[in-house]
Amino acid sequence: MAFPHPEAEVGGGFCSDLLSRAMAEASPGDAWITYQRHLNVVAVAKLKELSLVILARGPEPEPEVAARAEEEGVNLLRSDTGMFELAGRLYALLAGGPETHPAERG
Amino acid sequence: MSPGAIADVGAVSTRIRRILRELGVEPEVVRRVGIICFEGETNIAIFTKGGRITLMVWDDRVELFFADNGPGIEDLELVRRPGYSTAPDWARELGFGAGMGIPNMEKNADTFVLRSRPGKGTAIRATVWRKGNERQGSSAGPGA
Repeated sequence: MAFPHPEAEVGGGFCSDLLSRAMAEASPGDAWITYQRHLNVVAVAKLKELSLVILARGPEPEPEVAARAEEEGVNLLRSDTGMFELAGRLYALLAGGPETHPAERG
Repeated sequence: MSPGAIADVGAVSTRIRRILRELGVEPEVVRRVGIICFEGETNIAIFTKGGRITLMVWDDRVELFFADNGPGIEDLELVRRPGYSTAPDWARELGFGAGMGIPNMEKNADTFVLRSRPGKGTAIRATVWRKGNERQGSSAGPGA
């Protein structure tokens, strides 16, 4: 949706639909997975210096959200995958483990 | 403010962070002040028809003042407790109203003074000390 900083490295992950929890607990460099998809998400990501926001499966956000992300230099991606699976995959990637769900493995 | 005003929350903190960085304020101080400002902005947008945020930058500290003529806070003890919130449903649907606003402000400030009169408004002073939380130092005039 907006990817102004492809060089950004993801150091960890955070899942929450509560913006205040993200404000309190997310760490700089985190990827934030959320179902929220409004302008304040971009503001939180910017303030917390997050590497990436992933909008989990859900409706298309309003066009100004991607525009604001681009403007503020916030990486914003949208996925058709649900939050649970996104988090699992990201966790496995960061932990260096298998990327696939155990059920998908032979 | 109406639900529409909430979309601008973050604009003041973004601007304040830029000013602080330009003044060479320590990154950790900028980070903490940014969080305090965001939470204050959010409260003003959710609960009041508008307010004033003042930034003062000193050699030894950064201070943020929030003042509004909103409904005020009934119970000053309760709002400091994580998880307590009186936010309306529209704000909760946006992911606000987790009852973390005031606690988050307090956590990121070195000194935090909250005054409120129901029906009159709320005033907050949050101070973040610079240079490793040194409490002493000059009290030179505001830099911004």
